[in-house]
Amino acid sequence: MARMTMIEAIRDAHAVAMEADPDVVVMGEDVGFFGGVFRCTAGLQNRFGVQRCFDTPISELGIVGTAVGMAAYGLKPVVEIQFADYMYPAYDQIVSEAARLRYRSAGEFTCPMVVRMPTGGGIFGAQTHSQSPEALFTHVAGLKTVVPSNPRDAKGLLLAAIADPDPVIFLEPKRLYNGPFDGHFDRPTESWSKHELGEVDPGYYEIPLGKAVTLREGAAATLLTYGAMVHVALAAVEESGVDVEVIDLRTLLPLDLEAIIASVTKTGRCIVLHEATLTSGFGAEVAALVQQDCFYNLEAPVLRVAGWDTPYPHAQEWDYFPSPDRVKRAIAKVMEG
Amino acid sequence: MHEEIPPRLHVPEPAIRAGDTPDFSHVTIPRAGVVRRPDPDAKPEDMRDLAFSIIRVLNRNGEAVGPWAGSLSDEALKDGLRHMMTLRAYDARMLTAQRQGKTSFYMQHLGEEAISCAFQKALRKGDMNFPTYRQAGLLVAAGYPLVKMMCQVYSNEADPVRGRQLPVFYSSKEHGFFSISGNLATQYVQAVGWAMAAAIKGENKLSAAWIGDGSTAESDFHGALVFASTYKPPVILNIVNNQWAISTFQGIARGGAGTFAARGHGFGLPALRVDGNDYLAVHAAAAWAVERARRDLGPTLIEYVTYRAGGHSTSDDPAAYRPKEEGKSWPLGDPILRLKAHLIQKGLWSEERHSQAEAEVTDFVIAAQKEAEAIGTLHSGNRPSPREIFEDVYAEMPPHLVRQRHEVGY
Repeated sequence: MARMTMIEAIRDAHAVAMEADPDVVVMGEDVGFFGGVFRCTAGLQNRFGVQRCFDTPISELGIVGTAVGMAAYGLKPVVEIQFADYMYPAYDQIVSEAARLRYRSAGEFTCPMVVRMPTGGGIFGAQTHSQSPEALFTHVAGLKTVVPSNPRDAKGLLLAAIADPDPVIFLEPKRLYNGPFDGHFDRPTESWSKHELGEVDPGYYEIPLGKAVTLREGAAATLLTYGAMVHVALAAVEESGVDVEVIDLRTLLPLDLEAIIASVTKTGRCIVLHEATLTSGFGAEVAALVQQDCFYNLEAPVLRVAGWDTPYPHAQEWDYFPSPDRVKRAIAKVMEG
Repeated sequence: MHEEIPPRLHVPEPAIRAGDTPDFSHVTIPRAGVVRRPDPDAKPEDMRDLAFSIIRVLNRNGEAVGPWAGSLSDEALKDGLRHMMTLRAYDARMLTAQRQGKTSFYMQHLGEEAISCAFQKALRKGDMNFPTYRQAGLLVAAGYPLVKMMCQVYSNEADPVRGRQLPVFYSSKEHGFFSISGNLATQYVQAVGWAMAAAIKGENKLSAAWIGDGSTAESDFHGALVFASTYKPPVILNIVNNQWAISTFQGIARGGAGTFAARGHGFGLPALRVDGNDYLAVHAAAAWAVERARRDLGPTLIEYVTYRAGGHSTSDDPAAYRPKEEGKSWPLGDPILRLKAHLIQKGLWSEERHSQAEAEVTDFVIAAQKEAEAIGTLHSGNRPSPREIFEDVYAEMPPHLVRQRHEVGY
């Protein structure tokens, strides 16, 4: 075992996958020679050659569109959109093509590809470097959507995504690239080298898609979250002194509904937490499922803590990014119910 | 001092509208045989003229003339005629079937049969077309069973795509025909990716991208040309310029460009412009581009100049936006009649044999139609199971879809 940052774990997952399967090809803007603006593909071109890892023109539809063709041929493209905020030009290719190719051809053509994109805020990225567009993917039949929250999961989930026979949207919370972040922006930043989830097996391993993980067991309430908010949730729960169970969903679609139902049935209370905007966000889906499947066990309304229904601002970063305080208030409120 | 003039929006308009007399005097048609044939390894910058002319082989007397003639054997030419006649007869039957309510929708190829039928004959097994909804000739010429095509149109139990797609959205990996999508131009850039994959794997396969004149305005067209220009994979970028995008004349998409082929030069791609109603010219141009791809000389862009003689689809009435008789005055004529005249001129065919062939083709298509209708149509007979709604969304059905499938009762 070695301690890795999330960047190193993602890079390692690429290398392990490329080593194991000659059909794995990596491309995107600046991912080749330079190794990516976040260093997630550093060294790959040098190691595997320009035919396996290369730079592309600045065209998101071109990156995803050619990847669909490459996947249909039989390759396994792992492509990068530099920021999730810039995926919109590729949205037609993702929604109309990648997601539906298997269905519309009755399995004759398939699209085994991974579209990686750094997501989320907390880095003063403002409107176009902070968005969390996961709900725009979970709404699309045919896609799987994954959001890791630590290096160990990032590597195992990415390897599972690459091995998956269907298109996977892999959202990487860039705030977590170098270390966990609990939302206390006024305290020194932690490094993954000091965190047990920074322990990453150097070999091949998969974390199965569609499986949540309980990071903190509790009996009083269930807090469902993913990505950067996992660490905010854990900090808020400790500070609240309430025995809240914290579940990292890891895969949003397919969703681990069994794990959710088991927990909420036990606790009778539920909060859903995400960075993305509230209205029609993924939390709405989770809240609806919880009330449908756990109605007779619920002792309080299901609460959501989310980003405000506004574009992501710059100066007001910490009034926007869901804080431990907001989560604590939600915990107090759900316990009143 | 210069005089400032307030800008005015320039909206291109076709010269002729419904009710007017058709007039194609503005379309410059070079004589057959006059356009040169460069070596396939020619540099794009040394053949710019070819993007502004029209490669033609068959002259008015039905003779094959000039440097692009001679790419096909007598037998291949007769096959080509049969393919085009089959596609036309198939179109006629399916159009009627739609009018009879046996299916919801159909799109015919009337006047454009030569392009897909001839192009396919320049390919070999392992190559992949990324077609639009108006290249079914690729399937006919590749020997795909007509019954299967009809089952797709009828969305019956034998529909290869299980009733999930609109009629004419065929798919056959085996026949080098990529699954058709309703979203225009998306497949153009995918074709480039497919060719990139062949190049990455070092396998001698090529892809053919297909797009209509109107859809060249989509950003995927631009993306495809950029990626083709950058990586130079073995892809042929076909543009079928049939003058019309539903009701919109080609000038709206083309704007100030001289031709659609000319767009290739901005990307450093060699471009040909071809008589789309000349089976021999289409094949010769395709074979030239195929040779370039097979010799790893890079992509080629080809514009086929043709005319959409039928309505855009069964939901369209062209009389509302263009003269009814415009198709009949199209200066490049009818692809079937032109190849027929060539075969007669060569002594390989006759009026009698043609009439006989027409009857045979009609019988063949009717027999296939009976077979398909015996299985079912959209509104009668055996239809795909509702269970099929939930299959193939993913390789494995996830729990939420199993739950929804159970709700339907399957």
